[in-house]
Amino acid sequence: MSALSAARLMLARDLKLAFRKRSQLVQPLAFFAIVTTLFPLGVSPELTRLKPMAAGVVWAAALLSSLLALELLFRDDAQDGTLEQYALCGRSLTWLLAAKTAAHWLLTGLPLALMAPLAGLALGAPAAAVPGIVASVAVGTVALSLIGAIGAALTLGIRRSGALLSLLTLPLEIPVLIFGARATELAIDGTAYGAPLQLLAALAVLGLTLAPLAASAAVRINLE
Amino acid sequence: MAWTWFHKLASPPHVYRVAGRLTPWLAWPAALLIGAGLIGGLVLAPPDYQQGDGYRILYVHAPSAWMSLMVYTTMAVAAAIGLIWRMKVAHAVAASCAPIGASFTFAALVTGSLWGAPMWGTYWQWDPRLTSELILLFLYLGYMGLRSAFEEVQRADRVSAVLAIVGVVNVPIIHYSVIWWNSLHQAPSVMRLGEPTMPLPMLVPLLMMLLGFTLFFGALLLVRLRGEVLSRERAASWISAAVRP
Repeated sequence: MSALSAARLMLARDLKLAFRKRSQLVQPLAFFAIVTTLFPLGVSPELTRLKPMAAGVVWAAALLSSLLALELLFRDDAQDGTLEQYALCGRSLTWLLAAKTAAHWLLTGLPLALMAPLAGLALGAPAAAVPGIVASVAVGTVALSLIGAIGAALTLGIRRSGALLSLLTLPLEIPVLIFGARATELAIDGTAYGAPLQLLAALAVLGLTLAPLAASAAVRINLE
Repeated sequence: MAWTWFHKLASPPHVYRVAGRLTPWLAWPAALLIGAGLIGGLVLAPPDYQQGDGYRILYVHAPSAWMSLMVYTTMAVAAAIGLIWRMKVAHAVAASCAPIGASFTFAALVTGSLWGAPMWGTYWQWDPRLTSELILLFLYLGYMGLRSAFEEVQRADRVSAVLAIVGVVNVPIIHYSVIWWNSLHQAPSVMRLGEPTMPLPMLVPLLMMLLGFTLFFGALLLVRLRGEVLSRERAASWISAAVRP
């Protein structure tokens, strides 16, 4: 069995397991909705005041909810010893973790990207901005899942790792926030958002090449 | 056989001894350079035609900011050496670097904001360099937090080494994205310090401070490294002979 087909099996397994526990999938989305609700309540209900900050709010909420979902990435597999078996099974752990991260993005990043325009519209973004918001959040969450996978792998052996995990991952995710929020902001303003979106895609590709390597190194150290 | 010196170099008792012997050779020049640089910068250098005497905090701010990045790089290189060649002393060096680097970063932030109070009229401005310095502080704090979360030293060493390497890949990306972010959101209001137009009586003390701070870091690193080696090797038999007064 090649590394690639093992990775494909891993992706199918993770998706199947996730759909058996649907409530876990809905929680980050509900969290995203709550965080975006806090801003109109805390700032002002007027759309004229909310619209200039809509991109920042959507991205801050997306960052936080992707962080929340990270704990699900390796936790169950680490607890019941499955992760150890992956490391020992002779297939490339890097590919297996890349597949797990892909499953994680499909389960959290993609739904967030589909939900983000709703939050944007509620904060005063025009309907024409929807494709731009979906594209920027979809590409940005790829990078977030990959960086987050490193953080989750590093904190694997630590109990109650939530606060530490956010302290580790959020500074590394700041470039994603900057380019993502910029692309969303330009989309909301109705101008061309190609440049920041391409930089965002560059970050995602860089993460795709390096993050699984770092994550598998961290997992191996934590399993020793 | 060519590698025996390398292994001898890396053995804890040897490192402990050599670090102890080297410390004054770094500490005294550092003290002299920093003293001379302070006199040159605070007393002898002429006031700036725009900023008056306010620019003089530069003599502490710029070296601290420079050290904050250099210490992070040193830490990541040491961590990589420790991870690749499984060299315990390199991990001890990385562990000793983190609090020093965090302190320099903090000093750069505080002096930057003190400089900002008269110059910008506010203690904090989302200036790109201050902001990326703040993010660097978070990176240091995350590194130290991760290290302290493990009971076992070996595991803490190797896990935090991965983080240091990931961080060093990210530092330039963060730095340039913050500059990019800032140039779009606000007009550049900051006058540039440290341009090559700086006259010689201002520049010489600055260079002395830079060199002095670098040596100061070296001396601090050696002192911390000795402490780190002692605490890691506390069960070893050479300790009682080495620390006997």
